Amino acid sequence: MSAVNAIARALPIPAGAGLARALVERNARAFRHGWVTLVSGVFEPMFYLFSLGVGLGALIGDVDAGGGRMVEYAAYVAPAMMAAAAMNGAVYDSTFNLFFKLKYARLYDSVLATPLGPRDVAVGEITWALLRGLLYSTAFLVVAAAAGMVSSWWAVLALPAASLIGLAFAAVGMSVTTYLRSWQDFDYIQLALMPMFLFSATFYPLSTYDESIRWLVQATPLYHGVAMIRDLMLGDVAWGILAHVAYLAVMGLVGLVFAARRIERLLLR
Amino acid sequence: MVGAHRLTKRFGEFTAVDAIDVEVRRGEAFGFLGPNGAGKSSTMRMIGCVSPPTEGSLRILGLDPATDGPAIRARLGVVPQRDTLDEELTVRENILVYGRYFGLSRAQVNAKADELLEFAQLGERAGSVVEPLSGGMKRRLTIARSLVNDPELLLLDEPTTGLDPQARHVLWDRLFRLKRSGVTLVLTTHYMDEAEQLCDRLVVMDGGRIVAEGSPRELIALHSTREVLELRFAADDHAPYAAKLTGLADRVEVLPDRLLLYTDDGDATAAAVHGRGLAPLSVLARRSTLEDVFLHLTGRTLVD
Ligand SMILES: Nc1ncnc2c1ncn2[C@@H]1O[C@H](COP(=O)(O)OP(=O)(O)OP(=O)(O)O)[C@@H](O)[C@H]1O
Ligand SMILES: [Mg+2]
Repeated sequence: MSAVNAIARALPIPAGAGLARALVERNARAFRHGWVTLVSGVFEPMFYLFSLGVGLGALIGDVDAGGGRMVEYAAYVAPAMMAAAAMNGAVYDSTFNLFFKLKYARLYDSVLATPLGPRDVAVGEITWALLRGLLYSTAFLVVAAAAGMVSSWWAVLALPAASLIGLAFAAVGMSVTTYLRSWQDFDYIQLALMPMFLFSATFYPLSTYDESIRWLVQATPLYHGVAMIRDLMLGDVAWGILAHVAYLAVMGLVGLVFAARRIERLLLR
Repeated sequence: MVGAHRLTKRFGEFTAVDAIDVEVRRGEAFGFLGPNGAGKSSTMRMIGCVSPPTEGSLRILGLDPATDGPAIRARLGVVPQRDTLDEELTVRENILVYGRYFGLSRAQVNAKADELLEFAQLGERAGSVVEPLSGGMKRRLTIARSLVNDPELLLLDEPTTGLDPQARHVLWDRLFRLKRSGVTLVLTTHYMDEAEQLCDRLVVMDGGRIVAEGSPRELIALHSTREVLELRFAADDHAPYAAKLTGLADRVEVLPDRLLLYTDDGDATAAAVHGRGLAPLSVLARRSTLEDVFLHLTGRTLVD
């Protein structure tokens, strides 16, 4: 533990007491009073899956999942829906919920008066977002598998993969939230998410795009999330998947440190 | 317990706390008295290790807040000026969860919650959500919550503001008991009676500086007289009357609605006022309070 503390002190990482789990527990308790959000989190991606995958899929037929391998359209979009749900859930938790706690409930004013520090707040909130996300993605994966859209045991790894997507987006979402002034500002977040949701090779392959703009799609985080989960769910795993993992892990860790520092700047004045 | 030397807090250009020296000893009740904006809360937040000092040195429980914040906060109880209860949780959960922030076990916080709910007389509301509680109940819950870790040092920022007189007396009684059991209290207040009741020693702050310090008795003896005679006249402006009273008291203070005559014998001075042929609407002789000390030091009243 002392080694961890020594490292934490050497790096520009804000202080914490290693008690982030207490905040997770707090959120779990508060969540019990408002479990309705759970239902929407579980069902939204499933609705997308069935309307697009099954409904539209009947018109589209099979698509090229890369390298000339043809799969049913439903099996093609299912991973994308899972990745997008992981992104949306994490962003929702780390923006709306966090903003409310920060500005209105003033939750962290009381939390930071205890041994918990800004690092604990950042880690605790993101852990909570990931736990919720894990619940959603597990439900989704079970349904997708039951509907015959999963063809490989690699798909089990889609669960930690979805958590990694959650980490990346929650950490960045949290950082962004510390800059928001009012509820109006949330429109900017939607403005960033919507095109990502539509254009990150979610509904059709990257090869649809002209060479000249593929790099742009490939630069966005959701593209890597979708590609990673698609590889796993289709059982199409190669070393290249590590690039997606690395992209999202770096985004998550940098975002986490930055979010903790922003919370420190904002609340410990 | 707390040692501050030339402690300073600036927000941008603005200096909220201006090089104050404070020494709080174990087991005492120490007060910060001062008007709005004096810098009391800013000082309390620095002592609570949630606001880094801009300049000067600060040691709490023998530790440095810059490096040992979590370790210090683990031994503090904090009652902020504004209640920061968790409105998404019930009354009881507020105490449970807060205790968990201190790393206490579930068994420990459960036992503590029962004890503290009784202390705050909130046992019947344990399962209710926080939002509909009255202001006084919320205040009591905030104070109960701050005791969950058996703090050595309790920081109370205007603990009784917004409470009715009865609730204030109950709270003072609770604070007395805590002090008797060895807890060091640091509190801020606008109320002279509160400072006189609770504080062994206090400092008077104004504009970020300490303008006086000592025990309530010492301060009164040093900066005021034994008694004060309050006179009200049937006039909008009391200043002309002050001129007619010269020589009757050590000092005359002119307030918008009344005159204050500082004297050692209020009744004798009242007789002398009548002797000069003046007929005030009301005459009140009372003991000198910290309010008078403050008025003398700053030329202003504390609560306006
Ligand atoms: N975060 C902040 N940013 C900028 N200025 C601040 C901040 N906090 C306090 N101040 C300023 O510092 C001054 C002292 O404020 P403080 O809250 O310490 O006063 P106080 O003595 O507690 O007053 P009150 O009796 O009204 O609670 C005020 O002028 C206030 O506007
Ligand atoms: Mg204050």
